[in-house]
Amino acid sequence: MTDTQGDVYEVFHQQSRGDPHIYVGSVHAPDPEMALLMAKEQYARRQACVNLWVVPASAILATEYADEDIFDRATDKSYRESWGYKTPKTVRATEDGESTNDED
Amino acid sequence: MVAANENTVGLSQAEYDHKLGVFEARINRGEKIEPADWMPDDYRNQLIRLIHVHANSEICGALPEGKWIPHAPTFKRKLALLAKVQDEVGHAQLLYRAAETLGPSREQMLEDLISGKSKFSNVFHYPAETWADVATIAWLIDGAAIVNQVMMAEGSYGPYARALKRICYEEAFHLKHGYEMCVVLATGTKVQRAMLQDAMNRWWEPIMMFHGPSDKVSKHTSLLVRWRIKLKTNDEQRQQFLRQFVPKMIDLGIEVPDKSLRLDKKTETWMYDDPDWSVFKKVVNNGGPVSGERVEARRLAHEDGRWVREALEAAAKNRPIPMPPASIR
Ligand SMILES: [Fe+2]
Ligand SMILES: [Fe+2]
Repeated sequence: MTDTQGDVYEVFHQQSRGDPHIYVGSVHAPDPEMALLMAKEQYARRQACVNLWVVPASAILATEYADEDIFDRATDKSYRESWGYKTPKTVRATEDGESTNDED
Repeated sequence: MVAANENTVGLSQAEYDHKLGVFEARINRGEKIEPADWMPDDYRNQLIRLIHVHANSEICGALPEGKWIPHAPTFKRKLALLAKVQDEVGHAQLLYRAAETLGPSREQMLEDLISGKSKFSNVFHYPAETWADVATIAWLIDGAAIVNQVMMAEGSYGPYARALKRICYEEAFHLKHGYEMCVVLATGTKVQRAMLQDAMNRWWEPIMMFHGPSDKVSKHTSLLVRWRIKLKTNDEQRQQFLRQFVPKMIDLGIEVPDKSLRLDKKTETWMYDDPDWSVFKKVVNNGGPVSGERVEARRLAHEDGRWVREALEAAAKNRPIPMPPASIR
């Protein structure tokens, strides 16, 4: 049996200009141009589409799910986030004029 | 490509048990399993079997309806039918891709379908005799398939679940269009109504078998449910289908062609006599009324397309491009 499947290309679909390209699946094709044609038939029949990308699956280097602890945060990184800071709704000086700021 | 049992050979019992525990805990947390993840051989093999049969069914499912494209009664119906048939073939491609992530190649799977080594859904072993069959298939068989596919889309294997999400989106059109065709016939002339009833009479038994053997005899179900490949048993899916569609059939004035079917008011459950599962077994083993015709149509399509695949490959490798066979030049 001769293998005429070709290579696997991953397909990315953009719904309207300015949107991110979203991964939708893959196709077999002998070359990138054919992959685009197949991707158009398979993934752009329905929902709006203004642009398609195809990428050889072999070109993708991915992390291992088994290594997902590499994304764990070693330390508290809340100082990088807006929610890491709490401020009162209204700020009034206390009666005796003293600041309550603990950084004094 | 991952060999079928590369993941489990050479593991001691204790190592295997540990890996299985981690795997099942992930499934119980509702996580998706991805192609590169460790999985038991049984999980891989059951999924390959199911997705392969599902893909075969999509591609064979296009045949009874495809035959009716030149005979569609109006231009609007012809457009819709063309689009549906194109969708079904597209579903097969998506599903063969999903199955490939587990090992087998698309070409191998297509050849197994042609050689009779792998099965396709019982309902596509029957002929579509009249236009009312096209309506009945699009409404009730797509409807029954949607019950199954919406459930499977929540399953634990990532590539299959993602393919099914896309598929379900398109099935919604098949179902609505099918229902509309049935409404037109059911509210049409006497001849049209009789034609619809006749189609229902012939299709009811195959449809009652569509979700597979009863839980009492189904040998795979409990493992499939445990690993969230399936979320409902065959009987549960059948019950959901009956609850959803029988009242609508009655509403259309269709006589449900099953004397044993009755609603248990207390439990809101449809009761029925089990179909003859030996018929089902015979049919899915290519012993149905048009099994041979379906497989032959698939074989011819595969042969007709061979020169295209070879030409594409030659062009990509800068080799001289072969001419199409004389028969189609
Ligand atoms: Fe489909
Ligand atoms: Fe469909």
